Amino acid sequence: MPAEEIDRALARRLLATMQLIRAFEEAVRDHFAARHIPGFIHLSIGQEAVAAGLASALEREDYLYVTHRGHGHVIAKGADLKRVAAEIFGKASGYCRGRGGSMHIAAFEVGVLGANGVVGAGLPHAAGAAWALQLQGRQQVAVAVFGDGAVNTGLFHETANIASLWRLPLLLLCENNGYAEFTPLSVHAAVESVAERAAAYRLPAWRVDGQDPLAVRAAVREALGRVRAGEGPALVECLTWRVRGHYEGDPQRYRSSTELEEAVAHDPLRLFAERLRREGLLNEAEEAEVAAQARQAVAEAIAYAQEAAFPDPASALEDVLYQPSGAG
Amino acid sequence: MAEKRYVRAVNEALCEEMERDPAVCLLGVDVGAPGGPFGATRGLRERFGPQRVRDTPISEAAVVGLAIGAATLGLRPVVEIMFMDFLALVMDQLVNQAAKMRYMTGGQAKLPLVVRTQTGYRDSAGPQHAQSLEAWLTHVPGLKVVMPSGPCEAKGLLKAAIRDDNPVIVVENRTLYALAEEVPDGDYVLPLERAAIKREGRDVTIASIGIMVREALAAAEALAERGISCEVIDLRSANPLDLQTVRTSLEKTNRLVIAHSATRCGGVGAELAAALGEEAFYMLDAPITRVGAAFAPIPFSPPLERAIVPDRTAIIAAVEQVLAP
Repeated sequence: MPAEEIDRALARRLLATMQLIRAFEEAVRDHFAARHIPGFIHLSIGQEAVAAGLASALEREDYLYVTHRGHGHVIAKGADLKRVAAEIFGKASGYCRGRGGSMHIAAFEVGVLGANGVVGAGLPHAAGAAWALQLQGRQQVAVAVFGDGAVNTGLFHETANIASLWRLPLLLLCENNGYAEFTPLSVHAAVESVAERAAAYRLPAWRVDGQDPLAVRAAVREALGRVRAGEGPALVECLTWRVRGHYEGDPQRYRSSTELEEAVAHDPLRLFAERLRREGLLNEAEEAEVAAQARQAVAEAIAYAQEAAFPDPASALEDVLYQPSGAG
Repeated sequence: MAEKRYVRAVNEALCEEMERDPAVCLLGVDVGAPGGPFGATRGLRERFGPQRVRDTPISEAAVVGLAIGAATLGLRPVVEIMFMDFLALVMDQLVNQAAKMRYMTGGQAKLPLVVRTQTGYRDSAGPQHAQSLEAWLTHVPGLKVVMPSGPCEAKGLLKAAIRDDNPVIVVENRTLYALAEEVPDGDYVLPLERAAIKREGRDVTIASIGIMVREALAAAEALAERGISCEVIDLRSANPLDLQTVRTSLEKTNRLVIAHSATRCGGVGAELAAALGEEAFYMLDAPITRVGAAFAPIPFSPPLERAIVPDRTAIIAAVEQVLAP
């Protein structure tokens, strides 16, 4: 695919997004370990380049459905970090008023329409949103983010078939981190390449290095070029590395120390920063400044979330159903 | 007012709502060109086009998922699931997705979505095409469930379901599709959450739902000849249950029989009996009695099916039981 001229502003923006996600995930990791956060947590450390590259190629008005490992995408799409953090801490000012938590952060104001805790279940929602866009004659696209594990669900195949058949404005974006929870790709998939499986539904597909935000961005831009032109859905498979366990507290006994070292060695932040320095697009002072800004924003968001009020228990029954009177 | 068949009333409700609101669209296996397996969507594709009346692959879970995404962006999709038994295929999308979407997003999502499905009654459809599974759905917060017992209800409840901003499951009954009755002309909409008194009476209240409303009316007719006066209530909605209407009736009759074609075990009647046991115990002169299917799959062979799925005879026996001194 044609390489995009890397401009300084774009490079900095991508790095800043990745730094922000990393700083946020590390803060969540620490506060979860300190038992400040209830429930369970799935972190995207090691996968930040996918979220940053994807979001940089989307318009604010485009719609996004993400997964249980979705903090990064929500942040990259431009959600308010404070409200993301507040949701994870179970607070009333969180995006979902404390009803969803880490696995379910939806931020409609920036187009994130859902984050699913059931693997593969959000895929048809994105296709349905795309169908609505098609029917309403709107120009946006819908994107479904999912992992390699989701490709083995029936819903992946049902959705891919329908989307292709109806030429929906849908991008299927697979974060292939090599693991479906605790189970490696070699054990869970007969065909290693998700892009290859997309071919069965005549979906044009790209398979890219998910540790490189520019590669992700380039593939998504090219895919979306076709999608926006009305040529139907496309799939981008990003090969990435999950550094942390499936959930926080998962000791990852199913991975060798060599493999874990390799995952860390593929750190997208370090690789990208090194490249930018090599190409003269970033100096050490600028890199430090970007990182400091990210840490500052995260510290403010976490402080906000910690101080924010819990939801009133009396509100627990609100929003079970939509009530036109506004009663909840 | 004109006489209309049940399936025609469904068709009219869909047609009128599609005419009224361009956001209403239909999705399902065979709903488009074939007009639905029972003709409920006949003519609608020709009238509203293949974009709004979409034939889908046999991918029920994805189709309900599609409806969820589309509803989130402002469409009002009506999905047809051909047989109620096939709801098992879409349970994650209904239970973990549609039902929870509004709550889980803290009220950001609004889901005006309808799932139409149908069950049958003693028509030898066999174990995988005849079960009444509404109790699965009534256990789930975030879903509304209605069961039209005749052409009027088929039209009025479906129109209300389409206009509701929540996921509503409409359980039709194919055995009634050919039944014709007077249906009011014009924009006929019934409230989703209110039961109706189908026949007034003094001695016993029969709270029934779906096709068992018909059986209850037949039982009441037979009992009237013996001087027993039954009040027949059509619950219409399996969730929420209109307890108030039943309670008001019990103030008069003090005796209650509940009738549905689903298994008694864990059925809607169990919830109704428990709720009234808590709230109306002192109104009761006899134990509440439930009529429902025996706890078995629905068999194919007619004598076996009749042994499992009750009719008016079982309701009459239940009435006699609650009246026994």
